[in-house]
Amino acid sequence: MSITNLLNNWSFYRKKRPYQGQYDLNRQYSEYKWAMALDLDICTGCNACTTACYAENNLPVVGKERFKHGHVMHWIRIERYWDEKMGEFPEQGASFLPMMCQQCEEAPCETVCPVGATSHTNDGLNSQNYHRCVGSRYCSVNCPYKVRYFNFWNYPSTAWPAPLPDQLNPDVTVRTKGIMEKCTFCVQRLNEAKSRARTEYRLVRDGEVVPACVQACPTSAITFGNIVDPKSKVAMMWKNQQVDLYKDMQEKDNSVRGYRILEDLRPFPSVMYLERVRDMEA
Amino acid sequence: MVNTYEETEVAVEKRFVPKPLDINADIAWAKINKDILRSLERPRPIFWVIFIASFALFLVGVSCEVYQYQTGMGVANLNNPQVWGLYIATFIWWIGMGHSGTLLSALLHIMHADWRKPIYRYSEAMTTFTLLTAALFVMVHLGRIWQFYYVVAYPNERWTWPNFQSPLVWDATAIGTYLTSSLLFLYIGMIPDLAICRDNAIGIRKKLYTFMSLGWMGTDRQWANFRVTYLTLACFLMPLAVSVHSIVSTDFAASQQPGYHITSFPPYFVAGAIYSGLAVIITLFIVLRYTFRFEEYMTMPILEKLAKLTFAAGMVWTYLNLIEYATTWYGNDMYAKQALIYRATGPFAPEWWMMNFLGSVLPFALTFKRVRASIPVMLFMSIFINFGMWLERWMIISPTLAHGIYPWTWDDDQWPSFVQWGIVAGSFGWFNMLFMLYCKIFPSVSMYEVKEMLHERRFFKSTNVATARDSAINPDLAVEGGLAS
Repeated sequence: MSITNLLNNWSFYRKKRPYQGQYDLNRQYSEYKWAMALDLDICTGCNACTTACYAENNLPVVGKERFKHGHVMHWIRIERYWDEKMGEFPEQGASFLPMMCQQCEEAPCETVCPVGATSHTNDGLNSQNYHRCVGSRYCSVNCPYKVRYFNFWNYPSTAWPAPLPDQLNPDVTVRTKGIMEKCTFCVQRLNEAKSRARTEYRLVRDGEVVPACVQACPTSAITFGNIVDPKSKVAMMWKNQQVDLYKDMQEKDNSVRGYRILEDLRPFPSVMYLERVRDMEA
Repeated sequence: MVNTYEETEVAVEKRFVPKPLDINADIAWAKINKDILRSLERPRPIFWVIFIASFALFLVGVSCEVYQYQTGMGVANLNNPQVWGLYIATFIWWIGMGHSGTLLSALLHIMHADWRKPIYRYSEAMTTFTLLTAALFVMVHLGRIWQFYYVVAYPNERWTWPNFQSPLVWDATAIGTYLTSSLLFLYIGMIPDLAICRDNAIGIRKKLYTFMSLGWMGTDRQWANFRVTYLTLACFLMPLAVSVHSIVSTDFAASQQPGYHITSFPPYFVAGAIYSGLAVIITLFIVLRYTFRFEEYMTMPILEKLAKLTFAAGMVWTYLNLIEYATTWYGNDMYAKQALIYRATGPFAPEWWMMNFLGSVLPFALTFKRVRASIPVMLFMSIFINFGMWLERWMIISPTLAHGIYPWTWDDDQWPSFVQWGIVAGSFGWFNMLFMLYCKIFPSVSMYEVKEMLHERRFFKSTNVATARDSAINPDLAVEGGLAS
């Protein structure tokens, strides 16, 4: 790159271009890479996903006091942000966003765990090994989304007085004090579907398995599937929205709404959000 | 290089300009032994009062830890963005303090700064005990303390290893290495003194010292081997002291939390470590000088030199601290800048400004000779500088976690609960206990090195300029005359 070349193409070099991660989707994953697309235009913020997650994953209900102290364990949460310029409460607008573990491809939490309790699976999930976790909470410090939840109390002994233990999901373990947990994309369902498919010598079909939040969503705002399969609904959505899994910024038209949160930190999250279109004048 | 006789004369004159003596050269050798061994005698009742108080404080920490162990980390009022709190802050503080002991005992040994000799022993002991205290916090902050050994690379049938990418594993390794080598360094440097103790002790203590002095007779060969070993260990320890705190800083610098993700963290941490360590050495200096009547060994010129060194370290720290703010500001990263503004104006602002005042402004008082010469003022200064450095560590940990990248998780409700305070207080009790026991079992001033120091002083006093000139011209003579040491 000579100086003349640099000066001639100054605007070209000044332009920020996406950083391509070191991987390629098809080289990295041969069978499965689970991903999500979440349409905020359809989402009504009804919290059904949160409730479903509590039921499916045996999340403890911590109560008002502990919620206030930040000990809440919701793996998927609806975040509400009030608009600043739109008057007082009844007229005041708000935007909201369901937030769960983004199952990052280059997850910041994985590199820092001293014992390797959190690691990447071969179907693209960011797994959490409860038995290995020593509770140093470094992963939570390094998670930009802060979607990892630490068991500050021994919830199994208090959260479910009898007969509530009977309603616990037997496929999911309950977690003791002192370990970190987070959204798993309902890995117990995925594994069950994968092994069922394997016995029939096929891959999991699109729509055959979904996490609890997707299942519970009354407006079908969340789409879940295997992004390696180009015919799956989620892969087509990602393609239509021109969002590339391994880029830290997307070169796309203004007509599409797809984006990922905190992309520029290069965790390459597996959850794509679709912008909500709002008429701010109305 | 000097050529003519006249130039040589001038050079020699310059080289032997009489400097203020750090120590009175006329102390009798037997008196040194007597004075220092006196500190090992049966303690006064007040010793037991302080010791029991420290032990009680330690028990407070232990009971808080037991409570936390039984109930969960929630009792410490840690919460989800704010996961580390005082534990990691105090951990960095304790581990930082140790670095100055190594600085005095290893770096100044290699540099032949002989004023270190009366004060390095207790500093090195301080290093060992602060490391032991810091190691406690590594355990205490774990959610499942009963499985801390997962962090250690030990062979097991499942072939599971720690994650070597993680700075926490580097941390555990670095602390382990530093602890072992500084313990070894402390012990080896003590062997000739242990032999003196052995010769003066009776009963069970005689057995202990006999065992520990490894048959030291003071022969030429033993001294030669001793010198080589000691110097080798000093050379080994010096880079270690720099690397350990750099590695501790990568816990933060290697993460992407805004406010942690700063390239200048390693030197910044090392400077802060040496700064707070020198302050605690001054505190212990004053305490030991008063308690054991070591006025003749821990003299005011030495305190003066320590104060100057503290000032220098303080200025390095201030510079790197301002560099951190400046790079954050001019780097113009939105998240990091917000975190910086939050620290200066948010709910942590009083602590943050106090930290800057105690760390950067207060040491300017050390530029006045009257301050450096006054023992009560120096005691006050050293304690407050250390308090400032503790605040610094806290201000690195808590405001940063409270104000991360993601606005939904910003959280100001961060005051540590009594459990955190109790464990922090307990760590002081633990350190105090260990240090007090050490001072009563082992000599806290190095007897043989004080004698060396006196020997050199006497030699300079008795030799005239002509002898000195001869030895400067003829290096062989100088070695024989003891000038080279």
